[in-house]
Amino acid sequence: MTAVDVLGARPADTGIPLGRLLRVELRKLLDTRAGLWLLVAVGLSTAAAVGIYLFAAEPAELTFRDFVDVTVMPQELLLPVLGILAVTTEWTQRTGLVTHALEPSRGRVLAMKFAATGIFGALAIGLGLAAAAVGNVLGMALLDGNGSWAYGAAGLRDTLLVQGLSLLQGLALGALLMNTAAALVGYFVLPAAFFTLFTLVDGLQEAAPWIDLATSQDPLHSHTIDGVEWVQLIATTTWWILLPLAAGVWRLLRREIK
Amino acid sequence: MIELDHLTKRYGGYTAVDSVSFAVRPGTVTGFLGPNGAGKSTTMRMMVGLTPPTSGSATVLGVPYPKLPNPGRHAGVLLDASAQHPGRTGREVLVLGATLMGLPGTRVDEMLQLVGLTPAEGRRRVRDYSLGMRQRLGIAHALLGEPEVLILDEPANGLDPAGIHWMRGLLRRFADRGGCVLLSSHLLHEVQAVADELVIIGNGRIVAQGTKGELLAAAGTIVRGPDLDALVRAFELAGLRSSARPDGGLLIDASIEDVGRAAAAAGAVLTELRAADGAGLEEMFLQLTAGDRTEVPA
Repeated sequence: MTAVDVLGARPADTGIPLGRLLRVELRKLLDTRAGLWLLVAVGLSTAAAVGIYLFAAEPAELTFRDFVDVTVMPQELLLPVLGILAVTTEWTQRTGLVTHALEPSRGRVLAMKFAATGIFGALAIGLGLAAAAVGNVLGMALLDGNGSWAYGAAGLRDTLLVQGLSLLQGLALGALLMNTAAALVGYFVLPAAFFTLFTLVDGLQEAAPWIDLATSQDPLHSHTIDGVEWVQLIATTTWWILLPLAAGVWRLLRREIK
Repeated sequence: MIELDHLTKRYGGYTAVDSVSFAVRPGTVTGFLGPNGAGKSTTMRMMVGLTPPTSGSATVLGVPYPKLPNPGRHAGVLLDASAQHPGRTGREVLVLGATLMGLPGTRVDEMLQLVGLTPAEGRRRVRDYSLGMRQRLGIAHALLGEPEVLILDEPANGLDPAGIHWMRGLLRRFADRGGCVLLSSHLLHEVQAVADELVIIGNGRIVAQGTKGELLAAAGTIVRGPDLDALVRAFELAGLRSSARPDGGLLIDASIEDVGRAAAAAGAVLTELRAADGAGLEEMFLQLTAGDRTEVPA
């Protein structure tokens, strides 16, 4: 036994401020190998996508908008995993026993998990825009690229929507299944299954934009979204993201922590 | 102070915890004993609000645990030492806890030192920890916030004898300074040495509770001899009830003197004659545990 006092002065009776919870949730996304490598992978794949596109595309296609679009692809795939891990590790690794003994309000912890993944998502998009700018400059300097900077508010809106929705989808799946393996399988297998279903069954092709999330997001990727396509996007977002999210949050707030 | 009032948990038709009531007073260590699956862990999870009770209530320091502001600074909780992310270092686990509770970073190293984890061990990932090291880490985590109450589920599990001895000393000093300790175990010997009060639970119900002194009070006499059958007949003749113990002796519900006289009267040889000293408690505990024994005798 050292001189450390086990029973010290009485602590002040204040709750845990949200800022402290947020700091802890941000730290939890970085302090394991899985979390750290996932974020490294987001960074590396973003840079790699720009690099590959730089040498693969025709000079006329080397524009800022095209570069941004290629950074969206790997990020769209990896960011939901961040959302899944943020929620599910508390259940799969059972750290929720410790987390919620220190902060009994599950709603507050979950809200700060959403905020923490949102911050990393925003940083990833920022990184994508920066990498795209570097790519565009290099394209002009080295490959006589088009070099257009035209992007506009609509372009940024489409990118933010795609990335934000994919992050939210990960969080929704994580909250609904509360199991890392199941949520990852759900995220990677379900879209593939739906893609097969909607391409193989003739009668379904017409209904696809109303039912399939990926199909309804195509106009976002091509920056052509308009009119009824917005309604279709809202519809599939409701089926695939908002309803699972609501059910997941409801379940997560009530489930017994063992 | 921890108070449980008719705490009950049912899963469908199965009652895991059945109307459990007891109190843990400041300055005492209370041992919460019972065989595996008796409902100890469920009871402790209900105490800290992780499992909603079907009925009844529990308070820590006068309020339901989830209502405590910054609960880690009032009650230190260790529910399962293995419930840690294997990819985090031991030190990182404590840093997360200290950050959440708003404690200075120096507290982390103090606690590592207190539980006997070296700085090098603190930098290792929990994946590479033995169960004993995880328990030490869990105890460090429970003590981080300088709490007045400790709620520890099977903290001695996986500790070596020296570790168990160390933990007893730690809990004793914690209670002697006015702290309030509840620790569970499925082994009577583990808590017997440190607990002031005992609560024994079996199949979700409290089967015995009281101070250690009351519960361990001599209940009868134990004898051994080369010819047990002769001893049993001798006690029958004297009108004394005897029962065989699992370790080969006999437990007789009478004073040492009466038992000695009965044996002498029948001319039966004794090799041991002593007060039972809690043998009754051990007996009850063995019976409780017998239900979930599955191994086949060799």
